[in-house]
Amino acid sequence: MENLTISDPPPPHHLQQQPHGGAPGTMPPALGRPPPPPQQLPAQMFTTAAQLLDLTDKKLMVALRDGRKLLGILRSWDQYANLVLQSTKERIFVPPGTAPNQPRGLYADIDRGVFLVRGENVLLLGEIDLDKDDDAPPGYDLAEAELVQTLAKQRKRQDKAREKKKVKKLAIEGFEGENLGEILL
Amino acid sequence: MLFFSFFKTLIDHEVTVELKNDIRIRGVLKSVDQFLNIKLDNIQVEEELKYPHLSAVKNVFIRGSVVRYVHLPASAVDIPLLEDATRREAANQAGKAK
Repeated sequence: MENLTISDPPPPHHLQQQPHGGAPGTMPPALGRPPPPPQQLPAQMFTTAAQLLDLTDKKLMVALRDGRKLLGILRSWDQYANLVLQSTKERIFVPPGTAPNQPRGLYADIDRGVFLVRGENVLLLGEIDLDKDDDAPPGYDLAEAELVQTLAKQRKRQDKAREKKKVKKLAIEGFEGENLGEILL
Repeated sequence: MLFFSFFKTLIDHEVTVELKNDIRIRGVLKSVDQFLNIKLDNIQVEEELKYPHLSAVKNVFIRGSVVRYVHLPASAVDIPLLEDATRREAANQAGKAK
């Protein structure tokens, strides 16, 4: 089986293996593609593909780089770990305390249908325990989608303002924020 | 490939993976690939009330690029062996650079 990836950058030591300038006659690695790993490995067991194979046709929670959480059934994937999800729902969460007098968190599901997710946007994918799937997350209640969407937008604005303040303060002290411009939750 | 090989020796041990968004996930290391993507089984999330989307999840595949730390069980790491492997890797790299 081929080595499949979610188009991760190669680990740093890969870069150092490539002599700068390249010896005459050696091919430079194709742009954006990691050089093939050394062949001494019995590779199949430790590929991205082998890890994804187990998850095919299972119900997954996919956390994306922009903070979205998708719940759907993994139907297909390719060597870049682009994913096809079926019966996808986007789940929005609002933590407690976003609105005044809101002691418990709220969540809502929005039907999205079929999703093709480009691999680079995936943070994490988790198989859902079907025994727990029907229960609301502890501390959270199902609510009206529109209400949750409004609150989520409000929350995002609050978080952004707070993050901006923090980064500003850190900048005064000479630090740079780790994920500037990108909130990873 | 040193760390890839190293993580392969830790398979079936319990580790804690800390992500760049501060989530800490404990679980049994099931698999790792050349990008250090990590698959964990039987996961437990620290401060799980803060991360409701993980409450019904039993195993995760984590993209290597979002990992900040992997906390290892000290008993599972053979330090002299690791030091030795590191020196050999360094010697290899130096040999290649010539």
